[in-house]
Amino acid sequence: MTRSITLSVNGVARTVAVEPRALLAHVLRDDLNLTGTHIGCDTSQCGACTVHLDGRAVKSCTVLAVQAEGHQITTIEGLASDGTLHPLQTAFWEKHGLQCGFCTPGVIMTAADLLGSNPKPSEEEIRHALEGNYCRCTGYQNIVEAIKAAAATA
Amino acid sequence: MPTLFGSGIKRREDPRLITGAGTFTDDLKLPGLTYAAILRSPYAHAKLTKVDVSAAAKAPGVVAVITGKDIAGKVNPVPCAWNVPGCDLKTPPHPMLAVDRVRYVGDGVAMVVAESRAAARDAIDLIDVDYDPLTPVVNPEKATEDGAPQVHAEVPKNIAFTWVVNGGDAAKAFAEAPVRVSQKIVQQRLLPTAMEPRAAVASFNRATGQLTLWATSQNPHIHRFLCSVMLNVPEHKVRVISPDVGGGFGSKIPAYADEALVCHAAMTVGRPVKWTEDRSENYKVTIHGRDHIEYVEMCGTQDGTITGIRTRVYAGLGAYASTAAPGVPTILHGLMYSGAYTIPNIHGTVYGVYTTTTPVDAYRGAGRPEATYLIERLVDTYAREIGMDPADVRRKNLIPADKMPYTVATGITYDSGNYHGAFERALDLIDYKGVRAEQGKARKEGRYLGIGISSYTEVCGIGPSQVAGAVGFGGGLYESAIVRVYPTGVVRVYIGTRPHGQGEETTFAQIVADEFGVPIENVEIVAGDTEATPQGWGTYGSRTTAVGGTAVKLAAGKVKEKIKKLAAHLLEASEGDLEWQDGKFQVKGSPGQAKAFGELALMANVAWNMPAGMEAGLEASAAFDPTNFVFPYGTHVSTVEVDVETGEVKVLRYVCVDDCGPHINPMIVEGQVHGGVIQGVGEALQEIAIYDDEGQLVTGTMMDYAVPKASQMPRIESHYTHTPSPVNPLGVKGIGEAGTIASAPCIVNAVCDALAPLGITHIDKPLTPARVWAAIQGAKGGGGAR
Repeated sequence: MTRSITLSVNGVARTVAVEPRALLAHVLRDDLNLTGTHIGCDTSQCGACTVHLDGRAVKSCTVLAVQAEGHQITTIEGLASDGTLHPLQTAFWEKHGLQCGFCTPGVIMTAADLLGSNPKPSEEEIRHALEGNYCRCTGYQNIVEAIKAAAATA
Repeated sequence: MPTLFGSGIKRREDPRLITGAGTFTDDLKLPGLTYAAILRSPYAHAKLTKVDVSAAAKAPGVVAVITGKDIAGKVNPVPCAWNVPGCDLKTPPHPMLAVDRVRYVGDGVAMVVAESRAAARDAIDLIDVDYDPLTPVVNPEKATEDGAPQVHAEVPKNIAFTWVVNGGDAAKAFAEAPVRVSQKIVQQRLLPTAMEPRAAVASFNRATGQLTLWATSQNPHIHRFLCSVMLNVPEHKVRVISPDVGGGFGSKIPAYADEALVCHAAMTVGRPVKWTEDRSENYKVTIHGRDHIEYVEMCGTQDGTITGIRTRVYAGLGAYASTAAPGVPTILHGLMYSGAYTIPNIHGTVYGVYTTTTPVDAYRGAGRPEATYLIERLVDTYAREIGMDPADVRRKNLIPADKMPYTVATGITYDSGNYHGAFERALDLIDYKGVRAEQGKARKEGRYLGIGISSYTEVCGIGPSQVAGAVGFGGGLYESAIVRVYPTGVVRVYIGTRPHGQGEETTFAQIVADEFGVPIENVEIVAGDTEATPQGWGTYGSRTTAVGGTAVKLAAGKVKEKIKKLAAHLLEASEGDLEWQDGKFQVKGSPGQAKAFGELALMANVAWNMPAGMEAGLEASAAFDPTNFVFPYGTHVSTVEVDVETGEVKVLRYVCVDDCGPHINPMIVEGQVHGGVIQGVGEALQEIAIYDDEGQLVTGTMMDYAVPKASQMPRIESHYTHTPSPVNPLGVKGIGEAGTIASAPCIVNAVCDALAPLGITHIDKPLTPARVWAAIQGAKGGGGAR
């Protein structure tokens, strides 16, 4: 049994038939081919699947797709505008804020939300904001540096 | 053009990864794709008396259900590929799906293939299985006791192997030594936790008989070979593609049943099949690390000369011997018992033990963290016993630079290093005398500050293929590369290793761009597809740059030799009269008479005017087989404060001085150090995989397993010395594992140092507040709380 829902994804209205139990993360990846949103756990700890729902970071593995009906979703694919990288994307590149890159989309989406509400966060605030995003490669230090650098350019 | 070697340029893999355009295995879709799910045993140890799949087979969307009985005789067991000699190794068959017995929670029982992920999961629940529970055994020491449950009937006392390392005369040294210290150490089981879980997509072309497997692999050529063996498909008909890989840390080295089952399903169903583990499945099924119970001792003189080390180690292997498992607690562990020191007498006995748990294999550092940890803990214990500063004990026993290359008692030869140089630098950076004074002051105020030192060396850049053969490793350990220059002068480099976060798409391009004097944009590194790349052995053991990077350098060098001959021919000059300058071969003293790389690339590819005997085209391949391992080393120092009321540990400073030779890209080296150190800090402070007595993994999700978070981890002050290795022409040593190897003992030593006034000499990691608090409560003389 599926249900048709329409949601705005990266500024484009998308209509998709989903099972009521389908998670937003799966619908983004499997139905809408937006595979930049990753799934790293099944208990909402890792944050690899973080996207923006109406401008705020959410873990898309914890949102049913049907709950997103009528809402604005932004994924990592929608963060750059007109081919120009978002300042966070630039900063992650420049500061070596990623290694394998699997957690990176989620980390960047969380950081974008942080900088939206707190444009000049302290290191402690950055580290606290990343509570729900795990990275196994970088030891977080260059992620923190990247977020600081992006904040400085804003 | 400035040289790129040594330049911290931005990574070339990043643009795709920061925009969501990377391609990880689970991102792939193929026409007609089906989805697999695997039913896994909820029991640690049980007889399988019934597996009834009739209801599942009829469920909506189900394409096929496969059981152990279905595939018995059609496929081969999952092999162990490191048959360490001389230790009576027993590796009972590991069936892809259980037939009559399950041996750990997570052991595969049946696979469902269905039209959707959800349909496959739903149908799993419809499989009717009867388990007749048997007694589990999870502790590798207890598993060797009389009367312990037998994991495999053919392995008495569950002892898979008994491996001995012997150098000098440890018995005599211990008998004669005035000072002996001993310690039981538990090196807890860890979950590697690559952020990307394992995944596989397989497709079989009936017309050609070609099997293609996309998989999360650190070593696609090894997986090609092992898939061929497991599935009876000729090796040249198997293509393994490892796309972007989201971390591995060793967990994507082994051959698992699951990927092979996906292949088997694709071949039998006739449609492509995808399987992706979820995190709980990953924690149950993907290999674990460490799991040692150790009885270790050190002896020495009253004035601080270490004369011997002795160990008895129970190394848990889990239910089956995973691909490299026997080599990890033996070759990669016991041979490193001298650490960074001149310890003349060494004896170690390692028992590899089967338990009813998830298989244990190589996890970041693989055997070397366990060795460094026990040595560095013993050094501190010994120092305290003789009343000597632990820094002075290290200073006295570190291998002197003028003794390099140095052959340790276990028989291996360290390549190069100035161990004292890195050591003194680290102590200076933390202001060792200053922090000791501060510690004294703090103690008077009732505060518990600690200083931890960890001096390490590790064996990596593995390694000579001849040694691989001698130690039973089921493959070679050389690396190869193909450098192909296109008519327009752009370059592709095909490599046999499979970097997955370590940045070699960038560092290898730096090597090649330098060699040819071309912009780095003109060089592309290709890895991961066995159809395109030459034979390689993979990315692990901090070997990719030292071994694979050298192969790239050699292949590029061959291309350059060829274009030099071509340039001489075109310029009508002798080769000896030519010099390489700014991307051109020119006649010495006549810069006007020159042929640039791009022109030579074109002329070689069109072959209009080649010297006699020269083949058309511009491409070269090279293999590099090192003559020895490389041995990065260094000293890490940390300061901590322990809250004795709560048992909480706060890391105040973490300073490291590492030497991995010259850095091709210092930014990337630093990233490796950061990540490595934090993995060891996690091991020291919070990570532990726990089985209950029933063999249930109680830390089976990310809610329960304490992966380090940003808010919990310290900043790292990373510094370097640069001593080239004579083993490869780049002079480089690996740096991927060094941080993890050094950092766990560094932190634990600091905490034990902080608690020394309470009489605490050792606490087993992870040093969670609960454990530290309990140790404080149990300590003689009390102090602190209550």
